[in-house]
Amino acid sequence: MKNRTWLALLLVLGLVVAACGGDGGESTTTEGDPSATTAPSEGETPTTGGDDTGTTTGPGESTGYDHLDQALAGEFDGTTVEIWAQWLPESVEAANFTYTLEPFVEATGIDVNFQPTPDYETALQVAVDGGNAPDLAQIAQPGKMHQYADAGSLVALDWLNADKLGSDMVPAFFDLGHHNDTLYGVYYKSDVKSIVWYPIQAFADNGYEVPTTWDELVALSDQIIADGNGNPWCISIESQEADGWVATDWLEDILLRTAPPEVYDQWITHEIPFNHPEVLEAADYMSDIWFAEDYAYGGSTYINATWIGETQDPMFAEGGPDCWMQKQAAWIGGFWGANRDFIAENPDASSDEWPNVPGEDVDFFYFPMIEEEFGTPVLGAADMFVMFEDRPEVRALLEWLATPQAAEGWIERGGFLSPLTTVPADWYTYPNDGLSVMVQNATTVGFDASDLMPATVGAGSFWSGMIDWVAAEGENTEEVFQTIEDSWPG
Amino acid sequence: MQKEDETDVHATTSNQLGVKVVRALLVAAATFTALWFGLGILSDPTAFAGTPPYVSKVFQALIAIVLGVAGIWTLFYAGNTLIEALPDKATEFLRPYLFVLPAVAVVGLYLIYPTVGTIATSVTDVPEGGGFFSNYADAFTNPEVILNLRNNLIWLLIAPAVSVAIGLVFAGLVDRIRLESLAKSFVFMPLAISFVGAAVIWKFVYAWKPAGQDQIGILNALWVWAGGFLVDWGILEDVEPIAWLQQIPLNTLALIAIMIWLQVGFAMVILSAAIKGVPSELTEAARIDGASERQIFFRITIPTIKGSLLVVYTTIAIAVLKVFDIIFVTTGGNFDTSVVAVRMYQEMFRFRNFGQATTMAVILLVAVIPIMVVNIRNLRRQGIGA
Repeated sequence: MKNRTWLALLLVLGLVVAACGGDGGESTTTEGDPSATTAPSEGETPTTGGDDTGTTTGPGESTGYDHLDQALAGEFDGTTVEIWAQWLPESVEAANFTYTLEPFVEATGIDVNFQPTPDYETALQVAVDGGNAPDLAQIAQPGKMHQYADAGSLVALDWLNADKLGSDMVPAFFDLGHHNDTLYGVYYKSDVKSIVWYPIQAFADNGYEVPTTWDELVALSDQIIADGNGNPWCISIESQEADGWVATDWLEDILLRTAPPEVYDQWITHEIPFNHPEVLEAADYMSDIWFAEDYAYGGSTYINATWIGETQDPMFAEGGPDCWMQKQAAWIGGFWGANRDFIAENPDASSDEWPNVPGEDVDFFYFPMIEEEFGTPVLGAADMFVMFEDRPEVRALLEWLATPQAAEGWIERGGFLSPLTTVPADWYTYPNDGLSVMVQNATTVGFDASDLMPATVGAGSFWSGMIDWVAAEGENTEEVFQTIEDSWPG
Repeated sequence: MQKEDETDVHATTSNQLGVKVVRALLVAAATFTALWFGLGILSDPTAFAGTPPYVSKVFQALIAIVLGVAGIWTLFYAGNTLIEALPDKATEFLRPYLFVLPAVAVVGLYLIYPTVGTIATSVTDVPEGGGFFSNYADAFTNPEVILNLRNNLIWLLIAPAVSVAIGLVFAGLVDRIRLESLAKSFVFMPLAISFVGAAVIWKFVYAWKPAGQDQIGILNALWVWAGGFLVDWGILEDVEPIAWLQQIPLNTLALIAIMIWLQVGFAMVILSAAIKGVPSELTEAARIDGASERQIFFRITIPTIKGSLLVVYTTIAIAVLKVFDIIFVTTGGNFDTSVVAVRMYQEMFRFRNFGQATTMAVILLVAVIPIMVVNIRNLRRQGIGA
């Protein structure tokens, strides 16, 4: 009798343990899985692991990247790579990227599972924390790459042909892909933010000329008001989770024009306080436009309450523009007037077919320099791809993303500026032909400072500070910048 | 003769027992194998490669449901069979524990462990050189956090009280009308909408466009339209659309209104049921004594349903303390509308500042506890869940 009791007890315990074990297995099996997916499906020679043999078996000439060569030879046919990016589902960007990926899928037989992801930064972080990271992910903020690399989540790209990448890419972008001297990110797409859009016909009708200096810019603004043509500026910053970034871009762009590049760099690394006099001076320039009477359409409420995709709606008002100038990167073209609705229904249409064709209705000019000694700087931003899972086909896709072919489709569709110098200049059409020249003429290329600051500031107090600053119509400059300075971690 | 019978009986039971144990073991083994493969499929991202995403999602959901239900059932069944192999006394002693064990394990794993972990993180993940409570010291000296706490307090003071008051009035009024259930359904409907859904709806209601443009928000559309008459009649000089979500402190009140809209239905349903439970002898006796309807309502009805009032109030108060979605969706916590829960999210997911995030969580937890205590005590007094 006694023996049986113990036996029964043991069995009960065993059952409970087994049940718990079954539960816990869920998270561990994910880790082991990828090995199973590397096996090619249709009788191709299996490639075990990702050793760099350097042999190119493909019929074409070598791309200079080993895994890409293998992939083009069809060695990874039937495998799948998951890639995430923040370009919203059904947006132009997502449609363009899908289109761009097609040649790679056709040439290699690798199935690229592209997931445009809303609420991107949180979603990616949660996936990484939960052990479900995608193979490749786009990252807009270099600070995030450093965080992931520090946490050991990223695959170091030491297997990548760095000599080739280094010579193919604009050096500033190549360097920015590094964390502690190790390459982790491959820059794919860049943006120039230092441009101002204006309605071509209305400018011509009123005899307005494109300003080339800050003084001309201010004079033109005053002229527009004096002519009774409404407000010169279209400005707004509401952007859901990222509320306020448009304002930080403005401040950074001005700071690049009113202070030496070293000050800009020290400001990012906090070697000088956030509210350094040079920064406050830039803020004064900014408030001369943002908060001057009648300058900004709808005043500070419009700035804070209007979604960034609708900022420029009054520029396309039926009776002529109610606001005349908007500082925003080239992607904004997809949001002009009737373009928004048109693209939602025709995501594959090229920009020539849009109701408001970029370059015909609205054109851009360079956000003018302020102090001659600091020349003509350019504020930029860029997206890189980082790698979470190391498999040969993932390497192949990442290598491909560093070739001009990965830029071709998107350039063809418009709205794409590659950080690669190997992309032929004549591929570019409007507006990137102009933008690439702007980059070449730039005396300094400043990377978006808020993206480089610690997230507590760059994605936190800097944004909310700008919102408070706007709400108070610039009356509380010193207080706002002091608050941001106080919030700097450490 | 008698003796033989007894051993016979014993032999059969022990035989049956053996069969039962073997069956239980087989079931357990089958369950384990099924769980193993099922979870393998669930965690394999390529298991459904080649099928449209919704197909794979449906299959995943089906597998999860079958595994969950069947797994739990076999767990209890096998465990129960095994326990029955024990002597009667032991069986009776162990059975309740067997049935409670999975629930306790789940609560422990998903509630107690994270709570303890959160508290531990809030005192250990401190800035360099900080003491155990430096996160709390930082929090309570940070003007932003003070502002969040102040907002939480405003929410707590206004939202539950107003929800209960409106709910009570509705409950008292609809008690007398013919289309009671229809009227109730309308008030109750918002409760079926998620907080995020409600926030999105109200974001449109509160939408602001500059004067001169078409107002797409219904409130501003009405205001500008009505204001136009006021201007015509010379009562107002000018009518400007109102930035409901940007204007401080109007915006916090506008957000609280969303919460009230969501919670009134809940308050009304519970209180209406309570009012119907007031014994008619009491009200009739009062009526005979010459009490007015108002006196009956305030002196008889309300004191009788005091317990329900308290339950509704505390339940809404807890929901209000935890409020996150409404603010996050509408203002993102900007324009001085942020509360502790929004800050917790930002510290956690945007700034990756675990120490501060967990500190916010603990502050919320501590704030909710007294209300929980009141709520549970009250339930006990009423004999519910004693």
